[in-house]
Amino acid sequence: MSAEGYNFAYLDEGTKRMIRRALLKAVAVPGHQVPFGSREMPLPYGWGTGGIQVTASVVGPEDVLKVIDQGADDTTNAVSIRRFFARVAPGLRTTERTAEATIIQTRHRIPETPLREGQVMVYQVPQPEPLYRLEPRRAETKRLHALADYGLMQVKLYEDIARHGRVGSSYDHPVMVGGRYLMAPSPIPSFDNPKMHMSPALQLFGAGRERRLYAVPPYTEVRSLDFDDHPFEPLRAKGHCALCGADHTYLDEMVTDDRGGRLFVCSDTDYCGERQAERAA
Amino acid sequence: MSGLLPGFADPVLDAQSAFRAVLEAMSRPGRIQRIPRAPSPPRPLCPAAGAVLLTLVDSGTPLFIDAGPDALEWVRFHAGCPVVADPAGAEFVLTAGRPPGLLSLRAGSDEEPQGSATLILQVQGLEEGAGWRLTGPGIEREHRLRVTGPPEDFVAEWRANAARFPRGVDVILCTGEQVAALPRSLRIEEG
Amino acid sequence: MYVAVKGGEAAIAHAHAWLAEERRGDAAVPEIGTDQIGGQLTLAVDRVMAEGSCYDPGLAALAIKQARGDLIEAVFLLRAYRTTLPRFGATLPLDTGAMRLRRRVSATYKDLPGGQVLGPTFDYTHRLLDFALAAEGHVPSEAPEADPGEDAACPRVTAMLADEGLMAPEEASDVEPGDLTRTPLSFPAGRPLRLQNLARADEGFLLSMAYSTQRGYGNNHPFVGEIRQGEVTVEILPPELGFAIEIGDITVTECQMVNQFHGSRTEPPQFTRGYGLVLGRTERRAMSMALVDRALRAEELGEEITAPAQDEEFVLSHSDNVEATGFLEHLKLPHYVDFQSELEAVRAMRAAAAPEAARETLREAAE
Repeated sequence: MSAEGYNFAYLDEGTKRMIRRALLKAVAVPGHQVPFGSREMPLPYGWGTGGIQVTASVVGPEDVLKVIDQGADDTTNAVSIRRFFARVAPGLRTTERTAEATIIQTRHRIPETPLREGQVMVYQVPQPEPLYRLEPRRAETKRLHALADYGLMQVKLYEDIARHGRVGSSYDHPVMVGGRYLMAPSPIPSFDNPKMHMSPALQLFGAGRERRLYAVPPYTEVRSLDFDDHPFEPLRAKGHCALCGADHTYLDEMVTDDRGGRLFVCSDTDYCGERQAERAA
Repeated sequence: MSGLLPGFADPVLDAQSAFRAVLEAMSRPGRIQRIPRAPSPPRPLCPAAGAVLLTLVDSGTPLFIDAGPDALEWVRFHAGCPVVADPAGAEFVLTAGRPPGLLSLRAGSDEEPQGSATLILQVQGLEEGAGWRLTGPGIEREHRLRVTGPPEDFVAEWRANAARFPRGVDVILCTGEQVAALPRSLRIEEG
Repeated sequence: MYVAVKGGEAAIAHAHAWLAEERRGDAAVPEIGTDQIGGQLTLAVDRVMAEGSCYDPGLAALAIKQARGDLIEAVFLLRAYRTTLPRFGATLPLDTGAMRLRRRVSATYKDLPGGQVLGPTFDYTHRLLDFALAAEGHVPSEAPEADPGEDAACPRVTAMLADEGLMAPEEASDVEPGDLTRTPLSFPAGRPLRLQNLARADEGFLLSMAYSTQRGYGNNHPFVGEIRQGEVTVEILPPELGFAIEIGDITVTECQMVNQFHGSRTEPPQFTRGYGLVLGRTERRAMSMALVDRALRAEELGEEITAPAQDEEFVLSHSDNVEATGFLEHLKLPHYVDFQSELEAVRAMRAAAAPEAARETLREAAE
């Protein structure tokens, strides 16, 4: 089923050029949010329109696309976005295998399988401004980024530690990119933050509703914000996957009955499936 | 117009593959990328420079170009971009000869560093593994890049360009069908 | 073994099939036609065109049918279509002074040149459910039409005030206005972009913002100088022709609110304008827009900014219902990865706090 009457990858060429120019500037200034003329997409704002526009501007018929939501290829929104590209990008192959993919569009996770050179990660970003809960005015946060003035965030983290003995953010934990820009990693669990650091893959971020793009080039320093005496610690459920036995992956908690029964399974369905196949062999 | 050379054979897919080459080049400074289906623009434009222009430039981007009347007519026809006489007013600057100083081009502001110019610079040759020592984002340890025929004093000028980060000009080097890029975040040492 | 239930292609397909069935409703009842929607639900069509910023009654009617009457969903459908259309150019400014009027009222003058024209309005109807409408086949008799009179010219009320020097003049400018559908808003946005944003803003949001200024949140003392509604001609100026050509007529509603201004050190006391111009017969929207426009001029006029409706970044960032509904409804998407992290964090904090609380109790007991 293809979408008659639409350009390859849905967007018109003028829109792609605009986004492509913005992406190159984003790569040249790692972590800086570049405004772009986000278009209305046939999917709602908040459902991945930024990621979709980035993917549509990057993707070609030689690519292999993987789409995940919550780490899984079979969640409804991942299925819907993968189907969208299969319709509007003739020739494009889709996959569920991280290792096979050239472009991975994701919401809320980084795959467990280590990424490699030549791969492009496209993150769907609901809120690109890491300071927005501390300063909602974007005219003001823009100034703070220009001055590299991140005192607000330092104070917030310090207060978290004073109150709770630990940093309060368990996902979307802010990072410093290249020692210059404070950046929202999108709502990935803090467990995934370390995977961004010196990643061999190019990481692109699209926020459609907020009309911002940003990027982390490969092999770029990405440090989770912390303090010397309270180092950043990624969180995961203490347990192992009931399906593949992994004790080093990010786990989803499943409630199995109404008497407090629960078990854990890998959130990365591809990684878990591969491990199960290996164990069976 | 009778002598006008064609642009991309497939304006949609050829622009996509050219963009991926440029994106990869910008993401891995000093690594040379080949543009798979570059057009054959009028001389002195090289195929890579022609591809970069048609991929990125349009009616919304003022261009400064010093590659003669044929190249000017070609890019105007295929890209429909406004052409400016002063490189300081351009979003894209293409030079086949001696480029204007990096510090004379738009550098953006601290709040909006994306408002900077991109310099598309034709050089005589590109070779990996020797020459300049490159470090910075996109580079695991160090990349080496030998540029044949760079502008005089380029490395010193680059140092001044990189020193004003996040402001600064980004450069796309073109020769034949090859591109390499120098984002402003890059440090260059003479090899 | 418990198997995680995750949605899949089949579930989506079945849900959409069910949606199509629900949309059609009882198959024994005739299907509603887009011509019926376009011809009889005209104000819904107008709202969808205004917020969809796309003047096409046929497409708006289709969007309403497809959206099962959910107007925000219909606006979204129309916007998503609009954004794929090639752009040939921009029209010349509309001349609303030359509008073919269907309605024109002023609250500031009892009578004025051109007169008051009520037009097809709900005003002064008694809101009693008309059970006769529930029966089909009723065709209303033709409404009597007044003679336009000898002098049908309708000068603008604000122009009459301006002639007296009582109306603060608007700065004329030849600067090409921005377009927020192409370039993202940044702040301060300035009045042209503000007006573009308000003209397509959610009507409920506009209405509430405008209402808040009337209740004291922001310093408005508005009078309806004039509301006019009717058809205007749309013209473009192709550069290769060098002269303007008409490309069609559209129905618009314009509202000019007149507000008192106490003056400043440099300006004498005079009236200032709040302006609303919207697609279609969407009078409530035009009035709301005019109030909010005036409230947002606070900074320019040296007034103290104390209320939400005066805060440009706040108003413009939250007025768009396609953005708002998308982001609100995205909360329905799975968030279990983030929630899992929150669970772990809360459990860790509780574990850390529990022994401390126990020690605290012991200390208290000892004292």
